[in-house]
Amino acid sequence: MITAEQKPIDEIREMIAPYKKILALGCGSCVAECASGGEKETGMLASALRMAAKMNGEDVRISEMTIDRQCVNEFVIQLDDVIDQYDAILSLGCGAGVQAVADMFPEVPVIPALNTEFMGETKGQGLWVESCLGCGDCMLYDFAGVCPLARCSKHLLNGPCGGSVDGKCEVNPEVPCAWQLIIDRLSKFGALDRLEKIYPPKDWSKKQGAGPRKIVREDQQR
Amino acid sequence: MNDNSQLKSVLEKGDFAVTAECGPPKGADPGVVLKKAEILKGKVDALNVTDNQTAIVRMSSLAACSLLKTAGLDPVLQMVVRDRNRIALQSDILGASALGIRNVLCLSGDHQIFGNQPQALGVFDLDSIQFVQAVKAMRDEGVILGGETLTSPPNLFIGAAANPFADPLEFRVVRLAKKIEAGAGFIQTQCIYNLDRFETWLNMAVDKGLTEKTFILGGVTPLKSPGMAKYMKNRVSGMDIPDDIIKRMEGVPKDKQREEGIRICVETILRLKEMPGVKGVHIMAIEWEDAVGEIVEKAGLLPRPVFS
Ligand code: SF4
Ligand code: SF4
Repeated sequence: MITAEQKPIDEIREMIAPYKKILALGCGSCVAECASGGEKETGMLASALRMAAKMNGEDVRISEMTIDRQCVNEFVIQLDDVIDQYDAILSLGCGAGVQAVADMFPEVPVIPALNTEFMGETKGQGLWVESCLGCGDCMLYDFAGVCPLARCSKHLLNGPCGGSVDGKCEVNPEVPCAWQLIIDRLSKFGALDRLEKIYPPKDWSKKQGAGPRKIVREDQQR
Repeated sequence: MNDNSQLKSVLEKGDFAVTAECGPPKGADPGVVLKKAEILKGKVDALNVTDNQTAIVRMSSLAACSLLKTAGLDPVLQMVVRDRNRIALQSDILGASALGIRNVLCLSGDHQIFGNQPQALGVFDLDSIQFVQAVKAMRDEGVILGGETLTSPPNLFIGAAANPFADPLEFRVVRLAKKIEAGAGFIQTQCIYNLDRFETWLNMAVDKGLTEKTFILGGVTPLKSPGMAKYMKNRVSGMDIPDDIIKRMEGVPKDKQREEGIRICVETILRLKEMPGVKGVHIMAIEWEDAVGEIVEKAGLLPRPVFS
């Protein structure tokens, strides 16, 4: 999933200051799972903003609404019926959601309420961790299911570096060294010899070779 | 001075090599580099110039190496993969060779979070092993990454680092083997205080025949005080300082601590000299260049060989 965290309320208030009729727009997918932009969080943010406006004697109307996926046009189109009532949208979608809404409604300002963080996993109550950079050429087979790009602080493909001690990363002793994990897992499969050959430099053109990436699937285009 | 690496000549001749470290200034004054050159000239075979060590902005390693070269020293250009992508790295390799620099030490580099530019983007396009391999291909096959041919290849003695004290121990030797396979002609190790652990690692390397394929230089750093020892032990990851070393430093009066640090360092060098597979020593006296001459002399490593 894509993870995100809410921006500080003061930053949000500054961005919405010029507008009087605002729709706080939640998203029911990833950001709901990571408790930053789902229906519940959208309701809470909208009330907090209304409260702050009231205390400061500001004349604004803030409504709320949550759609299933802000990053999919089929869902964004639901806004068609209500959009005219607002002079700005405060999106609690991820960066992709914000842009999908902005793309569909070019005449309405769309303001991000979240800081989009990473592609990751829900590890437990209130804990999310980064696990994929979307490099476009997955190497998880070679590295026993541990991504050295997302989880090694130096993106090493021939690790571990000289700072790996007691299974912890030199950059942050709270964080496990990805390379220790790779070695541990490969040795469980009896496949440590996979690490004896020099892993070649990464082909970054698959990630950022020619600007923004696009997937075209003709079989899906009917 | 001839056009070859002095360091390589010494090692190939079978002499116990001595290198030291020169940190470039946080400024643009070439005089600082030249002063260090003056202090160390004749005391060492080659002088490593650090590349924005601990991610702190300093005069570029390439420029400082060039200054050392004109002062008649044999510089070792340290290059980290943290700040430059493969285009910049390969380009600087060509530039270094053109300036007469004959040694390069390929490193990952300390993470940017540790320095004075924590907001910088860490590049890490290549890792240190891939970088060694790329430089070797440039030198030996005259090609850059991707296979394009160079009009003339760089002439460089290629080195890499090894940390016998990081984990996991068994894999440290695998990684050493990979660095050698990639093309590391010499290896400089992390500072050695725990000689037992170092020997365990070295024996594993000897067993695999690795010490026949590269020149290993043991890293040493003279301690200035027990405080410095504790700081390094606790704050520098991958640094292994046994408690008895710290106790030894604590056991002498304050005004004798530097002397004791130098004594420990000399004893370490003498032990290293006896170990088969260790071909030299790399003295990292951080901002204490004066100590190097004394250490080298006390370890009986003077005069340094001269080649015509
Ligand atoms: S190798 Fe690439 S695609 Fe696979 S998990 Fe890592 S970043 Fe994601
Ligand atoms: S300690 Fe491990 S995870 Fe951290 S940078 Fe080094 S190899 Fe990567």
